[in-house]
Amino acid sequence: MAKIHVSTTVNGEPTEFLCEPQQTLLDVLRDELRLTGSKEGCATGDCGACSVTLYGRLICSCLALGAEAEGHEIETIEGMADGDSFHPLQQKFLEHAALQCGICTPGFLVAAKSLLERNSDPSETEVRYWLAGNLCRCTGYDKIIRAVLECAADMRGA
Amino acid sequence: MNALTYESPGSVDEAVKLLAAAGSDAKILAGGTDLLVQLRMGMIKPALIVDVKNISETTVIKEESGGYRVGSAVSGAELGEHDGMNNTWPGVVEALELIGSTQIQGRASMGGNLCNASPAADAVPAMIPADAVCTIAGPDGRREARVEDIVTGPGQTSLKAGEMVVDFYFPPRPARSGDAYLRFIPRTEMDIAVVGAGISLTLDEAGVCSAARVALGAVAATQLVVEDGAAALIGSTLDDAALEKLDAAARAACRPIDDKRGTIEYRTKVAGVLARRAAKIAQQRAEG
Repeated sequence: MAKIHVSTTVNGEPTEFLCEPQQTLLDVLRDELRLTGSKEGCATGDCGACSVTLYGRLICSCLALGAEAEGHEIETIEGMADGDSFHPLQQKFLEHAALQCGICTPGFLVAAKSLLERNSDPSETEVRYWLAGNLCRCTGYDKIIRAVLECAADMRGA
Repeated sequence: MNALTYESPGSVDEAVKLLAAAGSDAKILAGGTDLLVQLRMGMIKPALIVDVKNISETTVIKEESGGYRVGSAVSGAELGEHDGMNNTWPGVVEALELIGSTQIQGRASMGGNLCNASPAADAVPAMIPADAVCTIAGPDGRREARVEDIVTGPGQTSLKAGEMVVDFYFPPRPARSGDAYLRFIPRTEMDIAVVGAGISLTLDEAGVCSAARVALGAVAATQLVVEDGAAALIGSTLDDAALEKLDAAARAACRPIDDKRGTIEYRTKVAGVLARRAAKIAQQRAEG
């Protein structure tokens, strides 16, 4: 069975890959493109550890096929920092100790970035609902929510 | 084991040809939030996946004759950003938006929610009161069907081999109309309906209900149209007596199962309560 040739853009870089029809976008990112920042937690769209954006929408990359990326733009956690400089959300997560084991962290960061791009001044409730599809079994969420809210405030002030 | 093929046709005609040739070995991919889970778990073993998101008809929302035509693969996120649908059919929008997380909303569609045919589907009991009409394309051409005629049982639809849902037409609204959808889950987010209730109604100038449609989800093998519930509202101002009749009609219609999400008794009781509450919200929206 011939593999599918896909031309796409990953974190702003034109990228091509070959994939099997049943390979998920997450599988392609991790196994073909070696972008292992996106994690596989549940593989059923419940945990959000594989969050990326595809055509500007936040999605679970475990619930998309790699072949669907043809002609579209993908943003992953690897595109978040600017060289050696953290994105403000990454910095805030460190300051607030908003991560422990770290498996959920890339997904939370990608999801939170997507929120702040749409809503620069979210309420705590809005942050909690937006991130309801990202599960964390370590932090109890509060530190994550504080980090996102404080980052939003800082970014508005900047 | 069959090798899987992926196709992403650019037109409905092409998609139908692919689907018809593959017969029951084909699956349609819209948002994939159900399909890819089923594929992964080995519940389905298709030979062909037809991605319908490169077809303009299935992916756009357009105004038409005072109503809206919504592509079957339009995501919850896109529908939620559409002012016209939010203003005209807020109950339909809130129902689709209740499904899953932000990530799921980036992909999940009304076409997928309908054709996955879960008894607990959230969008379907809101689309039925809205009198939404599906355009279905197949090897014999196109036909129209009411949403309530699609689901025939859990995971089962009336679609024939090679057919696909292209879009949904939401008709224009008379003045003083409103709709609402409520569902009960044990938490506030990320769960499957224990009961869902959708209501659409129109009021006359005196505030008397002149038309109503009532549907319930998750209380039978398919979504239920509760005609006695609609009859209870029509001719009333949604006073306590009318709401009590609606409540009783909703309870009488229920044929739920006992499972971990709720008992028969509990689901039946909640169906009546949600129908009442949804009716009041629809009324407030109709009064604008």
